[in-house]
Amino acid sequence: MGNYYQAEWETAPVEKMREHQGKLLKEQVAHTYKNVAYYRDLMDKAGVAPEDIQSVDDLHKLPFLTKDDLREAYPYGLLAVPLADCVRIQSTSGTTGRRVVAFYTQNDIDLWDECCARAIVAAGGTKEDVVHVSYGYGLFTGGPGLNGGSHKVGSLTLPMSSGNTERQIQFMTDLGSTILCCTPSYAAFLAESIKEMGLRDKIKLKAGIFGAEAWSEEMRRHIEKELGIRAFDIYGLTEISGPGVSFECEEQTGMHINEDHFIPEIINPNTGEVLPLGEKGELVFTSISKKAFPLLRYRTRDICVLSREKCSCGRTLIKMAKPMGRSDDMLIIRGVNVFPSQIETVLLSSGFEANYQLVVDRVNFSDTLEVKVELTPDMFSDTVSVIESKENEVVHKLKSVLGIQANVTLVAPKSIARSEGKAVRIIDNRAGKI
Amino acid sequence: MATIKQLSIFVENKDGWLADILEIVAGAGADLRALSIADTKSFGVLHIIVDKPEAAEEALTKAGCIVRENDVLSITVADKPGAFAAALRKLADAGISVEYTYAFVGHEPGQAYVILRVDDNEKAERVLG
Ligand SMILES: [Zn+2]
Repeated sequence: MGNYYQAEWETAPVEKMREHQGKLLKEQVAHTYKNVAYYRDLMDKAGVAPEDIQSVDDLHKLPFLTKDDLREAYPYGLLAVPLADCVRIQSTSGTTGRRVVAFYTQNDIDLWDECCARAIVAAGGTKEDVVHVSYGYGLFTGGPGLNGGSHKVGSLTLPMSSGNTERQIQFMTDLGSTILCCTPSYAAFLAESIKEMGLRDKIKLKAGIFGAEAWSEEMRRHIEKELGIRAFDIYGLTEISGPGVSFECEEQTGMHINEDHFIPEIINPNTGEVLPLGEKGELVFTSISKKAFPLLRYRTRDICVLSREKCSCGRTLIKMAKPMGRSDDMLIIRGVNVFPSQIETVLLSSGFEANYQLVVDRVNFSDTLEVKVELTPDMFSDTVSVIESKENEVVHKLKSVLGIQANVTLVAPKSIARSEGKAVRIIDNRAGKI
Repeated sequence: MATIKQLSIFVENKDGWLADILEIVAGAGADLRALSIADTKSFGVLHIIVDKPEAAEEALTKAGCIVRENDVLSITVADKPGAFAAALRKLADAGISVEYTYAFVGHEPGQAYVILRVDDNEKAERVLG
């Protein structure tokens, strides 16, 4: 049995949870229909009235929202409370096109912070801990979310934000940080820097909470070994609130979804049909507690599986498997779906570190994929054929995992830009090329 | 014949890299004696023989290069037809494989040296005796 931040909900019997969800869902639908013209139109078009939604069983009747809807409704189209009642905005990191802006009331922020507090407690955090937050602070939800969660737990919070690695490590050693919160790629980078500075035995970290990027089991083991910690996954989307939508417990076999705030569904991404528990499909969330920016049936484009198997931590919250990667990160190369996390798994299992970049291009009417990865000093040999055989090993493994041929280019150490926030791992040069 | 230190450096195939590396070597006060490049489509390995291998290695490592130092054989090849072929034959007969080889010109006129990277230095030295 583990420690809980809000045992009442984290270990609630399934029937109690379902009843709670039904009650909040009903209220949320009425609230949204009344205050959000954009969604009211969608419901009217779908022929669904608020009275049609009486319990979680009726959820499937509601129309979906997509990221396109959020861009379309930018900035105020999905706001459900007077602007005067909002205290904060957060925004998604810029891809192409319009940004997505989410609004929060003070109560929305409190609920979000509580979700993050659950994640910190599940990672072993208490008020005695020193929580080192190296996620970016600002529009990105990572920093503010974990910062708020750490306050709720009562831990000493170091609002480091990202960047300035030497200062990060100095605070980590001087103030005895025990829990690190950042992106997995930055955790790997910090581990490398700590090792180089010879400070491995000066750090007191015991756990890390890493999210905002797709990462593999191999990368988890790598970070755990290099930092001597346990590495926990955390999941969230700015649209739905931020990190803390779901979080990992000590069992590390999937992330518990904070179901008392977010109802998950798995759908067939092509037909929109709801799939039975245990089937793989697109994850959809309905936020039932936050009021400023309530999203009903929001399609995350993440592909994953839900499971209600009993967890040794005692939580009854449904678990989601690590998504195969955001479909935003998914590349379609020669018609094949490629997730960067698949490539990362191959590289790490071949002894490389997670310093890589994927370059996609179009040459002679055909897509090309180049995987640039840094050679490690251990792999170097004065004999070219030895290095070439390493290169060939990766080419073969990638071919068997991805089903397509990739070119592997070995590059010098530190030649791939290190990320201090989200990694820029993909360079797609295909735009405008036929 | 002698065993000497060779430095091997990983290089990417991009413009200007050779000048960069040789500048670092020169900056360390090491004098270049021989150089050879083995490359593939995507990367190369530069082999150099310098008079101060420790200083050069330190400077290159500090600059972020992957460097490996290893022993290679340096043999003097007499200026007559078939001399080097005869040496290679002896190694082959003794079951010693040559990974790569390159030549350089010595200080004395008419003298050529050949660098040999073999899988067994000691045995090669005995065979070539
Ligand atoms: Zn659990």
